[in-house]
Amino acid sequence: MCYDVAVIGAGVIGALTARELSKYNLKTVLAEATNDVAMGASKANSGIVHAGFDAKPGTLKAQLNVKGCAMMKELCEKLSVPYKNNGSLVVAFSEEEMDTIKDLYDRGIANGVPGLSILSKEELKALEPNLADDVAGALRAESAGIVCPYELTIAATENAVVNGVDFVRNFRVKEISFADGVFTLKSDAGELKAKYIVDAAGAHSDEVAKLIGDSCVNLVMRRGEYFILDKAVGDMVSHTIFQCPTKMGKGILVSPTVDGNLLIGPTAEDIEDKFDKSTTANGFKTIKTFSVKSCPAVSVRNAITSFTGLRAHPVNDDFILGPSKVNPQFIHASGIESPGLTSAPAIAEYLVDIIRNAMGDVTENESFNGTREDVFRFRHATDEERAEAIAKNPAYGRIVCRCETITEGEIIDAIKAPAGARDVDGVKRRTRAGMGRCQGGFCGSKVVEILARELGTEINEITKFGAASNILFDKTK
Amino acid sequence: MKRDLTCVACPLGCPITVEYTDTEIISVTGNTCKRGEAYAKTEITNPTRSLTSSVKVCGGVLPVVPVKSDKPVPKDMLFDCMKEINSVCVKAPVKIGQVIIENILGTGANIVATNND
Amino acid sequence: MLNYDLVVVGGGPAGMAAALKARECGIESIIVLERAETLGGILEQCIHTGFGLHYFGEELSGPEYAAKFIAQIEKTDIVVKTDTMVLDISDNNLVTAVNKNDGLLKIQAKAIVLAMGCRERPRGALEIAGTRASGIMTAGTAQKYVNLDGYMPGKKVVILGSGDIGLIMARRMTLEGAEVKVVCELMPYSGGLTRNIVQCLDDFGIPLRLSTTVVETHGKERLEGVTIAKVDENLQPIDSTREYIECDTLMLSVGLIPENELTKNVGIGIDRITSGAVVDEMRQTDHKGIFACGNVLHVHDLVDYVTLEAQLAGKGAADYILGNSDENPCYVNGTTGNGVRYLVPQRVNINNKDDVKIYFRVGRVFKNAKVVLEVDGNVISSKKKVKLAPGEMENVVIPAAVLSSMTADSSIVVRVEE
Repeated sequence: MCYDVAVIGAGVIGALTARELSKYNLKTVLAEATNDVAMGASKANSGIVHAGFDAKPGTLKAQLNVKGCAMMKELCEKLSVPYKNNGSLVVAFSEEEMDTIKDLYDRGIANGVPGLSILSKEELKALEPNLADDVAGALRAESAGIVCPYELTIAATENAVVNGVDFVRNFRVKEISFADGVFTLKSDAGELKAKYIVDAAGAHSDEVAKLIGDSCVNLVMRRGEYFILDKAVGDMVSHTIFQCPTKMGKGILVSPTVDGNLLIGPTAEDIEDKFDKSTTANGFKTIKTFSVKSCPAVSVRNAITSFTGLRAHPVNDDFILGPSKVNPQFIHASGIESPGLTSAPAIAEYLVDIIRNAMGDVTENESFNGTREDVFRFRHATDEERAEAIAKNPAYGRIVCRCETITEGEIIDAIKAPAGARDVDGVKRRTRAGMGRCQGGFCGSKVVEILARELGTEINEITKFGAASNILFDKTK
Repeated sequence: MKRDLTCVACPLGCPITVEYTDTEIISVTGNTCKRGEAYAKTEITNPTRSLTSSVKVCGGVLPVVPVKSDKPVPKDMLFDCMKEINSVCVKAPVKIGQVIIENILGTGANIVATNND
Repeated sequence: MLNYDLVVVGGGPAGMAAALKARECGIESIIVLERAETLGGILEQCIHTGFGLHYFGEELSGPEYAAKFIAQIEKTDIVVKTDTMVLDISDNNLVTAVNKNDGLLKIQAKAIVLAMGCRERPRGALEIAGTRASGIMTAGTAQKYVNLDGYMPGKKVVILGSGDIGLIMARRMTLEGAEVKVVCELMPYSGGLTRNIVQCLDDFGIPLRLSTTVVETHGKERLEGVTIAKVDENLQPIDSTREYIECDTLMLSVGLIPENELTKNVGIGIDRITSGAVVDEMRQTDHKGIFACGNVLHVHDLVDYVTLEAQLAGKGAADYILGNSDENPCYVNGTTGNGVRYLVPQRVNINNKDDVKIYFRVGRVFKNAKVVLEVDGNVISSKKKVKLAPGEMENVVIPAAVLSSMTADSSIVVRVEE
């Protein structure tokens, strides 16, 4: 069997592109190197829907950011993904920085960003009383928001699969050959054939491109470290608070998350190793120093976890989107750093337009259903909804994760879903089991049990996130 | 010979030094009370420990059931006792207090279940 | 909606003892709600011995200690619902719970005893840099895997934290064939019992490194090693002392936190030091009719004291239900003096007719010191102690006669005199 399109990499770009492709009568496969979707930058970023005033006018970043931002709300509603239009503030601490704010405002206007305004110190403090007393003013962007990045990826993949896309996991592409207009992609797990390739392999997209002899993708790995703070301090700010940007990025932000926690970070540090997702003592220090500058009451004593994301920074500073010069049936989707998440829905459309134009006679998939079936979330349900759900499925009456109030039913749903969870972290991202203050201390072992039961394996076969990340060794007896 | 011990007779945790030969204890120093002296002497002549572990259950709801030695066993036999415990599979149902291994390795201690399976 | 005189949240040692005491005091309609599949709480996985020496006068394992109370509960008509999670307690004592069989349960209570226990501090709170490999877990999680599930969670183990759970797990893992490389302790002293240091570490030649912490984890999939370092007097790692230790498992035994989310939702006042409710001598919180006991109130060293405390709460709840409690209590707050971290109870009703025992913990190790109780500036008792350590709960007693002489303006101070 030969696919029309093979999308390599099930991050937010790959997943949304696959979903976009499923709107047409195309045979599509989404091939992921690891055990789950959203295992790269898509699971470890700020989760911000940027308004679009950062990028230089005329760049792909500028164009797709503004467009993606406008698409996000409706997309999230359709896919039942948490999204909140909370607005953002870039805070200045001096008159000099107020000049930067004015530049950003002008750039935003040039990029076509709606809802921008410059706030005085008094207006700013009235809006966010927990900001530092030495703020000078801010740029307000009403169109900005927050979204759960991995849930968007999970939902998009699920919806793509429901609409006919094949999802293959643990398929790390190691070789690509091309003959008679068809690519053959080889991995340790076997091979796939496809007429078109979309290289959405994130940090590894440069390596994938090299497999067809294209070395135009030039990436630098940039490490960003974050802290997640307890929900008890989740309402310290209501907007996403940025500081003035520097050459290395948008600086340390303080933001609520859609789940009610407070997020602080990221650092920005260029590193060599693409697999190095470790946090560092220096990173911790940087986050502490800069987050209290915005919000003096932020304290890492409330941290429930910390994590690192790697963003693939393109050396030319813009997204790399479009056909390869080596083989036009190979489409680049590389260098998707911030505002990549925001731009993702627009990038997906952009890429699919390229493929449709190249293929010519592509017809619409009339049975496409872009709405993801509502996922039952016990914690968000009313008492009546809860009672009704338990009556239908008693597993919704058994709380497994007590910190986040996640039921066994929701965990089983996450495992049985299209492209469902296969490991503990997969269950965590789909349900939030283990994401609360005890970080899986109590529910971790129960999740392992449920996974083993539902997947029909022994509990020592269950991993944290695939590969050799096993949790248990042999039986004691 | 000389050995330094930490007394566990009470939470005080006195550091005790014992001098001894193969046949007798020459001196005990560092203890603050009689119990410390007795503890030190036993530690040199015949140290014993309570042993707790679990035993495999066949045909039960739970895979293992916890067990303990009903009296202390010689300290240097702990790992030998573990080998014995690990070689057993007890049939469900198991009742708390049930003897799983009688007189384990001739120590005079029984291995008994400490929970129902 | 169901109606019960007493709802007990949690069926561990605290919840069971409170329910039994209330029953003994004449309360007939009692329900115990337990989130696990069985009664017993954390004792079910604590298969080592050392429980019950004070209360039963014999050395029991955790399951044996629990079994004694479970057997007593079974002899009564106390209703027990296991696998049942309490979701909410309203201002007027309406308890919302959920389980598979009953679905959503609404239970109107006259009084409530909170006995939810505590949870372990996770890695996130520790700022350990490095990777998120598998094989990093709390000691309690590891204990469950080994003792209840019968699986080894690791083969080469480093343990951070020398509290009793960490020490006990060092021995457990060793006996089951794992190699425990080292136990690191941030503080210059161990929070564990001396007996456990001797019998869980020294017996097996496992080194205890004081003033040492884990600063980094290594390994992209399963843990491959950790970097440890000595810390200075401000508990900051000293870079020149970094040392790599190969291991596949890092167990964390770095503190317990009372689980008071329900308590906070009711709006009950919380003590910032204990992280538990502020209570009086009967363990009644500042919300009338709601009592708290056991590790949800403050983390205990011995389960025997949990049982005793829960019996007070059970009696207090019974008195409240029967209308025998003091309608117009006159509270005097206790104050922590030199060296004392917290007091439980935090306040005492001076109308109480019995002696009141106040439990406390010290903030550091003291040798040859005195524990002094002062009321209105007068020394009521002064007890010599050869050693005081943060790992052990201490207590002082305010005699009934002293209580009866007190007024609303009185003061209670507990302090350590060096």
